[in-house]
Amino acid sequence: MKEEIYPSMSLANPHPPFVDWVQKLGVGIALVGLGLMLVSLFNLAQTPSFFWISLGCMTAGTLLFAWRQYAGTHPGIKNNGVWFSGMTTRGLIAWIAGIFLTLFYVLLYWYPETLGFRSEGESTGLVAFFNPLSMALKNQPATQWFVYGTLYTLAIVLFGVKFLFKYRHNRYHILRTISVIFFQLVIAFLLPEFLERLNQPSMDLKNMWPLNYYFFFDWNLDRLIQGGNLGIFMLVWGIALILVISPALTYFYGKRWYCSWVCGCGGLAETAGDPYRHLSDKSLKAWKIERWLVHGVLVFAVVMTGMVLYTYFTGSSQVLFLNSYSVRGWYGFLIGAAFSGVVGVGFYPLMGNRVWCRFGCPMAAILGLQQKFFSRFRITTNGGQCISCGNCSTYCEMGIDVRAYAQKGQNIVRASCVGCGICAAVCPRGVLRLENGKIDIDQRTTDKRAVHIPYDEVGLMG
Amino acid sequence: MHIAIIGNGISGITAARYIRKLSGHKITVISRETDFFFSRTALMYIYMGHMRFKDTKPYEDHFWEKNDINLIRGSVASIDFDSNTLHFEQDFICNDSVLSKAPSHLQYDRLILALGSSPNKFGWPGQDLQRVHGLYTMQDLMQMEKLSKDLERAVIVGGGLIGIEMAEMFHSRKIPVTMLVRESSFWDMVLPAEESAMVNQQIRIQDIDLRLDTELEEIVGNDQGQAVRVKTNHGDSIDCQYVGLTAGVHPNVQWLKDSPLDIDRGILVNEYLQTNLNGVYAIGDCAQLHAPDPGRKNIEAVWYTGRMMGETAAYTICGVPTEYHPGIWFNSAKFFDIEYQVYGNVPVDISDDHDSLFWQDDDRERSIRIVYSTDDQVVIGFNLMGVRFRQEVCEKWIRDHTPIAEVMRDLVLANFDPEFSPYYHRKLQEVYEQKTGKVIEPQLKPRRFDSVFKFLKKEV
Repeated sequence: MKEEIYPSMSLANPHPPFVDWVQKLGVGIALVGLGLMLVSLFNLAQTPSFFWISLGCMTAGTLLFAWRQYAGTHPGIKNNGVWFSGMTTRGLIAWIAGIFLTLFYVLLYWYPETLGFRSEGESTGLVAFFNPLSMALKNQPATQWFVYGTLYTLAIVLFGVKFLFKYRHNRYHILRTISVIFFQLVIAFLLPEFLERLNQPSMDLKNMWPLNYYFFFDWNLDRLIQGGNLGIFMLVWGIALILVISPALTYFYGKRWYCSWVCGCGGLAETAGDPYRHLSDKSLKAWKIERWLVHGVLVFAVVMTGMVLYTYFTGSSQVLFLNSYSVRGWYGFLIGAAFSGVVGVGFYPLMGNRVWCRFGCPMAAILGLQQKFFSRFRITTNGGQCISCGNCSTYCEMGIDVRAYAQKGQNIVRASCVGCGICAAVCPRGVLRLENGKIDIDQRTTDKRAVHIPYDEVGLMG
Repeated sequence: MHIAIIGNGISGITAARYIRKLSGHKITVISRETDFFFSRTALMYIYMGHMRFKDTKPYEDHFWEKNDINLIRGSVASIDFDSNTLHFEQDFICNDSVLSKAPSHLQYDRLILALGSSPNKFGWPGQDLQRVHGLYTMQDLMQMEKLSKDLERAVIVGGGLIGIEMAEMFHSRKIPVTMLVRESSFWDMVLPAEESAMVNQQIRIQDIDLRLDTELEEIVGNDQGQAVRVKTNHGDSIDCQYVGLTAGVHPNVQWLKDSPLDIDRGILVNEYLQTNLNGVYAIGDCAQLHAPDPGRKNIEAVWYTGRMMGETAAYTICGVPTEYHPGIWFNSAKFFDIEYQVYGNVPVDISDDHDSLFWQDDDRERSIRIVYSTDDQVVIGFNLMGVRFRQEVCEKWIRDHTPIAEVMRDLVLANFDPEFSPYYHRKLQEVYEQKTGKVIEPQLKPRRFDSVFKFLKKEV
């Protein structure tokens, strides 16, 4: 059926004032903060006080907006008008936001000098604008990566607080949001900067290979091996994460322990990206593309890392007919920068908040395979209560057609499920529950009874 | 064999899907409402902007052709039961169909009637004016949408599940709503007094003008025949530009009253969902059972019974005669932000034969009620507000005539709230301990799925 026949109801008045003047004020204040950063690109307002004002405005504006949106409302699901707002339905403003974000990533990765980064001498522009914070944290001037890390962390913290307002009635969401905020702010941001201040090897201790694709690169291995006890610890820790800690946690809890409790990409998706979760494509076709693409990237990551290690141990950069340096260069360009950064975050407003996690992340691919074949995790369905409304599928950021399982009374065991738990939260009939169970680990995907015809008659199954 | 199904709601579509699973029969599904099956339970979410229409379709559009299920968009004007022929309305206009045009008539070998419901009207003056609508079909929703423009106040008549959904819909657009409810408390013919009061509170928290003990007297129209005002039995007059009629539904069978079909309120069917006519079945909202199972009603217009009936009829038609036994009653709803679940029998008045354990939180946002019979202390029903219980566990307790003491001891098994939620079942256990002076010694660890699995597999 042609969708425009049942329009998103444009005849009428689908735009009551969802955003009031206080929220507009919030947006305005945050934009002042952002504006100060933009003018700093041109070396205007280039002083520490403007930097702190800028950060303060972004914080105050965002928090004011979030507070106003949810304060005074009754705790519960807050999806009114999601499909009416241009910002969340690929409207003009969403395109502008998407292009702005994409542009930022392009400049960051490939033209950092436009942001003011100088490999020799003192940086200027936006990079220099962040010096006050960089000096305070690690006593070194800022780099473009410090700018990026700060903004990334700020986004997770501020939109994390917004998410906490939104889901204040649900402890699962409260805890996992506090968790991603903690891991980003402390483990990924503050701790490495602090270690740098102490001239110690620094590392984001939760950033695991193959998501952290350069873990086995020669310069990283050398850096850790020469980094004293702490460096050796980091090397051992990194390998233990891959071989022991991650498989064990995934066995007990599914991949959600990482993807929606710990991971930085997941953290940004769950907080800043939350308003876009319904934009993920639910079609069968998208699922097919997803499986080829994400496992393809995994193979690429493994082959690339294998070649890099071969070169590291043999000293020969030529592996068969390929140069390992050139392969790793291409991986960094295509996957590390273009896919995970530009497409992964830049396209939030257009393709949903988990594009990278779903289609590209090799870590998610590994954890997913394990989740599917060797984990206690599943989402169970509550008997025959499903009314097929579709809220679960609509708000699944990974594009899983949750309803297809729920209406059959079947557990959901899908490699891609990051266990964010939103399907269970938005379900108006209390049908879904995230669970871990050992006893039926081999029967997780068996159909359960979705109808109530006794087993001994004809054994109708869903 | 050609099986024609009138109605593409959950009953008709489930029948079609299962017939296809079980056989290679030719299947034709006819609908006047929409080309493709959608979930009408989600109509409210389209209006509120949670979902688009396409998101409410459980199957992608290519599903039907792939599964060789023919779809016809058209309106059946009459049925010739002697010659097994459907005659279509020739002047049926729909400009939103991508399906090929309906034929003038269609022959069938078996017929499934899945006609659904219509909103009740009780002969109120003005009930047929413009701007007076129920909420059942996509067309109803589109009317509601159209009239929402410049709507200053909507009046909703009737305090049922659709009524409160409609109130929530208007409220999401910040449109003022008045609800006229005949009863002295919301849905108090189904909910016990405490739960009903929780819903009243929930409606009023949202600043909705809830008028209990109030009946519609008249809907007043203007010169153009549009509703502009309602009058209540208390003499009040309320200006409005939309009147929602949500005082229940009845089977949509008026147009078949003169046919040889045996019809009471609905189309009468036996336990195989067969009507009095050979090869004709009726399922879903429009079917009325001659002899429903104990604890069940003869007409049950709820989503899952439609699904079960569709499946049951499919088996019978495909040569596996199957009786319709929907099992222990259950249902669920959502009253604004409060989810409601019921399992088994929860009488409105807890009589001498029954007693109940009841806990509600201080804010009256959550409650748990377990009803048991006083003589043998056996559990018969569960009523949950703002708390999720596991259906299969509750059902097994009821089916196995489990004593209340045992249910209270193992109550953790029923927990279906999200992980890390507070242990609300513990509150009810405290109520039980106070009431009986007994101390519960739990034998199961909280939130262990393995215990639930073992319990469900355990034979009595």
